[in-house]
Amino acid sequence: MEMIYVDHAATSPLHPKVLDAMLPYFETHFGNPSSIHQFGRQARQALDQSRRTIAKVLGVSEQTLIFTSGGTEADNMAIIGYALENEDKGKHIITSQVEHHAVLHACKELEKRDFDVTYLPVDETGQVKLNDVQAALRDDTILVTLMFGNNEVGTIQPIEEVALLLKEHQAVFHSDAVQACGAVEFDLSDLSVDMLSISAHKINGPKGIGILYVKEGLKLRPVLFGGEQERKRRAGTENVAAIVGFAKAMELTYQSIVERKERYEQFAQILIDTWTKQDVQFFINGHQNERLPHVLNISFPGVNIEQLLMNLDLAGIAASSGSACTAGSIEPSHVLVAMFQDEDTRIQSAIRFSFGLGNTAEQIERVANETAKIVSRLGQQEEFIN
Amino acid sequence: MKKRPEDTRVVVGMSGGVDSSVTALLLKEQGYDVIGIFMKNWDDTDESGFCTATEDYEDVIQVCNQIGIPYYAVNFEKQYWDKVFTYFLEEYKAGRTPNPDVMCNKEIKFKAFLNHAMSLGADYVATGHYARVEERDGNFVLLRGVDNNKDQTYFLNALSQKQLSKTMFPIGHLPKKEVRERALEANLATAKKKDSTGICFIGERNFKEFLSEFLPAQPGEMQTVDGEVKGQHDGLMYYTLGQRQGLGIGGAGEPWFVIDKDLERNVLIVGQGFHHEGLYSEGLDAIGMNWIVSKPSFEKEFTCMAKLRYRQDDQKVTVYPKEDGTARVYFHEPQRAVTPGQAVVLYEGDVCLGGGTIDHVIKKWENA
Repeated sequence: MEMIYVDHAATSPLHPKVLDAMLPYFETHFGNPSSIHQFGRQARQALDQSRRTIAKVLGVSEQTLIFTSGGTEADNMAIIGYALENEDKGKHIITSQVEHHAVLHACKELEKRDFDVTYLPVDETGQVKLNDVQAALRDDTILVTLMFGNNEVGTIQPIEEVALLLKEHQAVFHSDAVQACGAVEFDLSDLSVDMLSISAHKINGPKGIGILYVKEGLKLRPVLFGGEQERKRRAGTENVAAIVGFAKAMELTYQSIVERKERYEQFAQILIDTWTKQDVQFFINGHQNERLPHVLNISFPGVNIEQLLMNLDLAGIAASSGSACTAGSIEPSHVLVAMFQDEDTRIQSAIRFSFGLGNTAEQIERVANETAKIVSRLGQQEEFIN
Repeated sequence: MKKRPEDTRVVVGMSGGVDSSVTALLLKEQGYDVIGIFMKNWDDTDESGFCTATEDYEDVIQVCNQIGIPYYAVNFEKQYWDKVFTYFLEEYKAGRTPNPDVMCNKEIKFKAFLNHAMSLGADYVATGHYARVEERDGNFVLLRGVDNNKDQTYFLNALSQKQLSKTMFPIGHLPKKEVRERALEANLATAKKKDSTGICFIGERNFKEFLSEFLPAQPGEMQTVDGEVKGQHDGLMYYTLGQRQGLGIGGAGEPWFVIDKDLERNVLIVGQGFHHEGLYSEGLDAIGMNWIVSKPSFEKEFTCMAKLRYRQDDQKVTVYPKEDGTARVYFHEPQRAVTPGQAVVLYEGDVCLGGGTIDHVIKKWENA
């Protein structure tokens, strides 16, 4: 049985070229970039080169980039680091109800430290409304953090508009772009975002490496203390091999953004057409146009999503119900709850397919057919024991 | 024709304990297409974020990876609350001592879980119960586990033919000691894990405290059979018939025991001596009788063995079954502290015939 991976929004396979780029930095160029000898210099050279590559792709200067252990650390550093360093300017933060937990739980932590957080609602497409952002702004608002593209439903937030709105306000603007990076074009040189988080493993890079972009002049309190790496902003020996891989992955992903968008739209169409043809009942969740092309979130009303996902897995198809959940606590997705409130059937029957490297149209056809088969079987089946 | 093991999908209910771990191991060794599923039925997450279910699921993950089978977790908290816990509270409110395990098997493990397994294309479900199922002349017979000390048919008495027809108990033929040994040999992560005790959702917590979170307690008087006041009780639901601990009645003579509960007057009847005659009964009326293989003749009584509580030695009884699902059971020897709400389970040799819930006890047969 061929295994088909359509959960690239959870994590993605390493691109072979990324692996090739990384290998020398495990084997021969294993030095510590802070060391004074030539092993150190080689590593330092790779670190600087990688930072330049990524800076160029993002349209920013190198010193604005801080390497972190991943998206979660980048989000935490941005939110907690900025809030603690700037609390003299105010203690109010604005975010949305559909953020990743790396953002939401960082905000919860700040609430414990007497910060006031506004969690903006979203409409049924998953977008925040500009009016709501405007209305939530206060004199003591110091930070607005809104995700670029949603990891569960793929909806893209009106980042540019919010950025414009904040131009005349003291609040800085952070965006979690972990899921959007590599999926949509953005150039930070003409986007007024002050901080931005990205992660390598969502774009066929290695796990355990991320970046926080911090606009020049912004001060953050470090979250980790130790050595003087990353201009004293993030202590700890740099993960050189992963950083080299990250840079390679950024290059590759931005070269293929348009082509992949077309392919993923074709994949989504295959799924939709197949189900429509086979009379499978479904709803598409998320924004129709403002969306990440690789994420497709679907509700199959009346279908028990745990049963659907397990059946798909047993048929060799890996999808997910949104963000990874713990010990069988199928909490309803906070994103879908924010979008649909109490429309239980839609919330509890939602599944996410996310496309990426290695997926073919043939694979997606099998996903479409297998899903249709399972959905109609689950829909028809009577309970064995009543 | 019977399917070959490799074409037979068995979904194992895994609790994170050693018994269900070995259940999965044995099935895998026998070549079945095995899937492990952890049921989360109760949330006991405390302020520090600790949750027993999370810890147990960690063990399930480790064991399944060791055995090499896929694993999932399913959430039956709502079903458990509606079908088991609500019943549990209602019974306590009615002054009885319920047995949630019987209900959990009937409603959760062999209903919600079985249904879930069927949706995954299962041929069978398996659990780590010490019991056996055998097909005899087209019927599914429930047999005691070989380890008499561990036999769990008492909790399985409410299962139907349909449920048993899809059930495997792979460790039912093993003594507990050997189950541990198998786990150790295979180096399973749960090989040395302590067996869980008590009611699953209460765990190690104080029973009284737990119950008081859900039911208002009504303190009242403790009286002797003759009406002499001996003290105060904290609420009838906190006491079980035959209980000695926690009465706080001092004085000379033999220790005091709970003899009865008078719900109407909210009085706890107490008496002196382990063998106080008020604690003894000669029979009982049971409701909700389940007959596992076939219904008995309702014209005629029959004699068999019975357990009136878990792990009690078999008692000889005569059963008068009725068509309305009740049964009157006469004990050949008077029984001490027979408790309404518990199950009465009937046996013929190793075969579990079925059982019901003890509705009330009959003190004197001649008065019945």
